[in-house]
Amino acid sequence: MKMSKRKGFGITAYIILLMLPIYWLLNMSFKTNQEILGTLTLFPHDFTLANYATIFTDPSWYSGYINSMIYVSINVVITLLVALPAAYAFSRYKFVGDKHLFFWLLSNRMAPPAVFLLPFFQLYSSVGLFDTHIAVALAHCLFNVPLAVWILEGFISGVPKEYDEMAYIDGYSFPKFFVKIFIPMIRSGIGVAAFFAFMFSWVELLLARTLTSVDAQPIGAIMTRTMGASGIDWGVLAAAGVLTILPGLLVVWFVRNHIATGFALGRV
Amino acid sequence: MNKVPNNKAWWLVLPVFILVAFSALIPLMTVVNYSVQDIFGPGNAYYVGLEWFESVLADERLQDSLLRQFIFSGAVLMIQIPLGIGIALMMPTTGKRASLCLILLAIPLLIPWNVVGTIWQIFGRGDIGLFGWGLNELGFDYNYTANTGDAWATVLLMDVWHWTPLVALLCYSGLRAIPEAFYQAAEIDRASKWAIFRYIQLPRLKSVLVIAVLLRFMDSFMIYTEPFVLTGGGPGSSTTFLSQTLTTMAIGQFDIGRAAAFSLIYFLIVLLVSWLFFTAITHLDKQK
Repeated sequence: MKMSKRKGFGITAYIILLMLPIYWLLNMSFKTNQEILGTLTLFPHDFTLANYATIFTDPSWYSGYINSMIYVSINVVITLLVALPAAYAFSRYKFVGDKHLFFWLLSNRMAPPAVFLLPFFQLYSSVGLFDTHIAVALAHCLFNVPLAVWILEGFISGVPKEYDEMAYIDGYSFPKFFVKIFIPMIRSGIGVAAFFAFMFSWVELLLARTLTSVDAQPIGAIMTRTMGASGIDWGVLAAAGVLTILPGLLVVWFVRNHIATGFALGRV
Repeated sequence: MNKVPNNKAWWLVLPVFILVAFSALIPLMTVVNYSVQDIFGPGNAYYVGLEWFESVLADERLQDSLLRQFIFSGAVLMIQIPLGIGIALMMPTTGKRASLCLILLAIPLLIPWNVVGTIWQIFGRGDIGLFGWGLNELGFDYNYTANTGDAWATVLLMDVWHWTPLVALLCYSGLRAIPEAFYQAAEIDRASKWAIFRYIQLPRLKSVLVIAVLLRFMDSFMIYTEPFVLTGGGPGSSTTFLSQTLTTMAIGQFDIGRAAAFSLIYFLIVLLVSWLFFTAITHLDKQK
């Protein structure tokens, strides 16, 4: 192909532009504040890990990462557990109000989180869940469950119904069929759904910040502490930012093959 | 696929129903309840009917913020959708380079939104950021905290940086679903690049583009964290979008009744526009 060289150039240029702001953050996280504020350097001349040391030695810093990881994990588990059977039902059966229910679910994906801020705050306060991980995990279900149902429904509809019938003839009970046969068959769909549930829960801050104060505070809320009386501690802020990117990278690495093959089947 | 009528399927949907009812229906009812009352304190509320709705619709600050929001979402769609398609067309199709591209493209999507704001806050600064410094060195008077135009450009650029990869990934997966035979047929017909794009690739991309347009519209319409961190809504209120106006009203000023009415209008606008997009695009589909 004649075009391939130009295409390669275009995509390389785009990816360099895409990576530049991230590189700048990484670059800054290894600098001392003197170097950051002194002269503009393209790479750290005075290489230091002090910014990372600040975060890893202070529990009030690293607990933010732990809190975020906990509520994201709870959210992914809840989302998959409730979305899988529902997606199966939507894909295989006709039942009273199925279409209405499906669109009602999807409409929740369209609800601005800011709308739910105050009622969520009051709801979780009144049931004593304020400032717990489970509160944030449940709140994030608002947009993750509809999305997961939608993605999984697409994947499940791609599996011919004959498999269900064959398993039934072979004497499998429904739960056994579902766990033993069906779930392994749509595992790339589950991977994609889990990936998106993780992603949207990990990146959200508005709800997570409003529903927590101390014990379950997400890292995003703790990062604002770098703005002290003496100005912003840029180095630590950059290091904290870099550390929030790593879990996402890990997850995308694990699901990379599913994403490449699975994206086309499902819907996002 | 033929679906079997079976009302017992409700048992499978029940967990989702209960969960979403708890996390969406109850809060929404609370909002509706607030929107028709004037609340002075616990047990001290008065029914005011549609007064809040009238006052919200007449509020100039909200009208401005709504207008800004529509301009922003429109600009986002107009830039990101064509750019995303272009990038998807350029991406390598097979091998290690394809997976590397996919992973690199996904990175901006996995960064917490406040960190996206932080990255651009740093990157755009004239003293410590490469972008701001570079522009200043080139002789542009760029300062996103002082000039309205620069603030807008930076917020837009940040959003393009952040979300175009999503559009590109969606289109890429759509392109991969086109059978090779289509291209072979086009080659036999000596179709031009443009003809291949216009008559083979674009029609096949329609379903993913529906999703991309809807997602980008909804999410850009709800944007809060990134501009809040980057510009704080300023300079003045030039980059204050709807969610920020609402949050200030509900949490900052604790103006509950008005915020609730505003919330409902906000939600309805998102639903309405999403529905319009959806029907418009599916209608186009039927005409052909």
